[in-house]
Amino acid sequence: MTDAPALRVENLEKTYKEGTKALKGVTLTVPQGDFFALLGPNGAGKTTLIGIVTSLVMKTAGTVTVFGHDIDRELEKAKTYIGLVGQEVNFNPFEKPLDIVVNQAGYYGIPRSIALPRAEKLLDDLGLKDKKQANSMQLSGGMKRRLMIARALIHQPKFLILDEPTAGVDVELRRQMWEYLENLTKQGTTILLTTHYLEEAERLAKHVAIINKGEIAAEGTMDDILSLYEHEKHGKYNAGKLESIFLELTKEKNA
Amino acid sequence: MNLYEMWISFYTILRKDVIRQARVWSQTFLPSVVTSVLYFLVFGSIIGERIGDFGGVPYIHFIVPGLVMLAVVMNSYSNVAFTFFTGKFFSRNIDEILVSPTPPWLMIAGYVGGGVVRGVVTGLLVILVSLFFAVPAIVHWWAVVLFLILSSVIFSLAGLINGIYAKNFDGISIVPTFVLTPLVYLGGVFYSIAALPSWWQAATYWNPIFYLINGFRYGFLGFSDVPLGAAFAVLLALIAALTAVNWYLIRKGLGLRN
Repeated sequence: MTDAPALRVENLEKTYKEGTKALKGVTLTVPQGDFFALLGPNGAGKTTLIGIVTSLVMKTAGTVTVFGHDIDRELEKAKTYIGLVGQEVNFNPFEKPLDIVVNQAGYYGIPRSIALPRAEKLLDDLGLKDKKQANSMQLSGGMKRRLMIARALIHQPKFLILDEPTAGVDVELRRQMWEYLENLTKQGTTILLTTHYLEEAERLAKHVAIINKGEIAAEGTMDDILSLYEHEKHGKYNAGKLESIFLELTKEKNA
Repeated sequence: MNLYEMWISFYTILRKDVIRQARVWSQTFLPSVVTSVLYFLVFGSIIGERIGDFGGVPYIHFIVPGLVMLAVVMNSYSNVAFTFFTGKFFSRNIDEILVSPTPPWLMIAGYVGGGVVRGVVTGLLVILVSLFFAVPAIVHWWAVVLFLILSSVIFSLAGLINGIYAKNFDGISIVPTFVLTPLVYLGGVFYSIAALPSWWQAATYWNPIFYLINGFRYGFLGFSDVPLGAAFAVLLALIAALTAVNWYLIRKGLGLRN
């Protein structure tokens, strides 16, 4: 199991009750230790894909394995590898940040005696030292995001999934978060990131997949994807390389 | 997860809810105490004295088990329905558990545990209040404890189903108001079914709360409208059925996983 990719998704399909086909046979692989960016316009299927991997959304067809563990057969085992920072703020606003993080450890079977010092350190590292006992409702948007990162890391997951973690975060804080995430990958944590900030993906990711209308439009190393730029009619967009490629790959279907 | 990790997970869900209950005690425990004071005052002391003995005991003694059960049923049910629903709909922090390796049955156990704590504590508070109006002899302590816990478990499980299915706040208030309250009142809180016409007596046997109240009343007074074994069997069957439904709903993600 140790050689298995952090995530392997094959022919993944999702059709919602009302008939919307969010995923149409998506196949992708996130290698262990990778920083993988999943890019796509709004409604492309990124959050649905993450939802299926983390078992928050039921899939219609296909297979998902996390570190070799099939979520259909070994869901609980697969979940132990994953830490999720969702797109929406989803903690109880009436709880204190320290309690939120420590409780999350509890759901993974980690006793409070271990969780408490670990949570304190995570909150310190993420710049929430003075807010541990504050009312979570009163945290700023950036603080809430950092709290969600601390919560996702409390069980020391091997695979961290971040769904637009820097949305609504100011430039300085965003750069601090980049550094924090880069350090995590250096320590061996695999990261799957979705973001609308393409410069963020360009700076951080080793591998990229661009998803559009529920299908993978391009996938490869960052260099592979950026090399597409040479063959495109660039100059049309006054933007970065990745952004030009992204717009080129997603414009037809969005038109 | 090994057994120890499962215990930690269960304890975390339970502890979190109990702390919440204690923090908002004026919304969780106080209302039932105030309501039961009014019931004991009006139905027990004022009207009860005119009724005289009922089934060989003072009327206020007769209604104590029913009023305790009323509080237990309503509190267990609404605690789980409300907690689960707000976690699912309002703050969406139910995801914290859903993404974790906590299996569905453990999640059910944690939420039901919270409901049982709320139901049992409220029940004990109402018993305490009743002592100011009458001191009923408790004939079978074991039956009081057993039926107190059984009723909390059953209505916590029922509340969880409601919390899973509810799509808005109306969804968690309709059942307690229009289903539970009539069932409790018609389950024999204030009367014995011997006082009812035969067709109504037959209908009452379909009311699960009737078995709870009577099992509980047996503990207090030593007699009931239904054999204790039958009451116990009906309640165990209900627990099994409700647990199975909850497990199925959470495992399938109905109302939870889009």
